[in-house]
Amino acid sequence: MRMHKYIHALTWTLLLLTGGTNQALAADGAAIVAQKCVSCHNVTGPAPATFKAMLELKAPDLFYAGSKFKKEWLVEWLQHPTLIRPSGVMFLNNIVVEDGRNRIKRDAVKPCPASLAPEEATAVADYLMTLTDATMKVGVISPKEKLRRSKATTLFTKRYPCNGCHTVKIRHREAGGVSGPDLREAGRRLNPDWIYAQIEDPQHWNPMTWMPTSPMSKKDRVLLTLFIAAME
Amino acid sequence: MKKSNFIVWVVAMFLAISWGSLAWSAETVETTYQRFCVQCHGTLGNGQGINQTAEALAVEPRNHADPKRMSKLTDQDIKLAITDGGAAVNKSPLMPAFGKTLSTPEIDELVAYLRQLCSCQYSEAAASEPEDDHEDNPEDKHGDENERSD
Repeated sequence: MRMHKYIHALTWTLLLLTGGTNQALAADGAAIVAQKCVSCHNVTGPAPATFKAMLELKAPDLFYAGSKFKKEWLVEWLQHPTLIRPSGVMFLNNIVVEDGRNRIKRDAVKPCPASLAPEEATAVADYLMTLTDATMKVGVISPKEKLRRSKATTLFTKRYPCNGCHTVKIRHREAGGVSGPDLREAGRRLNPDWIYAQIEDPQHWNPMTWMPTSPMSKKDRVLLTLFIAAME
Repeated sequence: MKKSNFIVWVVAMFLAISWGSLAWSAETVETTYQRFCVQCHGTLGNGQGINQTAEALAVEPRNHADPKRMSKLTDQDIKLAITDGGAAVNKSPLMPAFGKTLSTPEIDELVAYLRQLCSCQYSEAAASEPEDDHEDNPEDKHGDENERSD
């Protein structure tokens, strides 16, 4: 009985310590974000509400980062940022016309310049994970859901033209458009519930997005979500 | 200043300010086109947008500046393609449906804007001419591969 009490006390102590550490890290992370990130990223909302504001956006909004991203990916990416949006945060700002054809200006789009130390990256990730959208439905995508890959591929590439704007890797072949975020490693980056919510209502997250709300059944939306979430 | 003049002045100022903010926040058909159409149809409307030149699209987007091809389409055809997507008019499904994103007046404005881009209207004579290329053909050149199962 006495042993049981000790174990109980030890468990609570560990929990409190861990929770306290996370809170301290998140506080540190908030300070780092305030110092290094907010000149480009919006961490308080709201999203741009006008076309002009969208053109002025410097980097993706982060005020719902905790709903959108996976923490493990954030920690890694913050240390070694890579390009996710091949045409920039707003493609219109980076277009040039050559021989009547649009292209993205050479060297116009670069990855986030922040390259954080491991402990900084963890602290920032902890903080970003606290920035959530309370209205997003969670638990929509169950780990038990089965991905029917062939059907999902048809939905992604033919029924709904997702690959027209997003680069993906299907059957070892990389292809797709450049006006939307690169989805080749989307499964490592994105929370499946957020993928579902983004497909369901892109304008909820950004009223000025160019991603349309496609009419589709919940079944198709779940299948597309599983398909994207499996891209690793 | 007379009281009536003062009231007129206040009302005029209010209207000016309201109109200014409305004009500032309102999206125009040009910005709607830039936001939703340019990525594939291009800044010149000629079908050479960044997704096309990145070779992402199996079917070349419609050249909105081509009066010959655009005059084959009725306004209703164009409206249906924007609202329900390319598949609804037996064209490429790569053209998304915008009926749940844009309002009916916005889609009507886009139809009128496309008529400006091509400087054309629907012509029965043009519509009866045979297609001279495979643009907008619903057959996807990657179709067989896409259908193949893992």
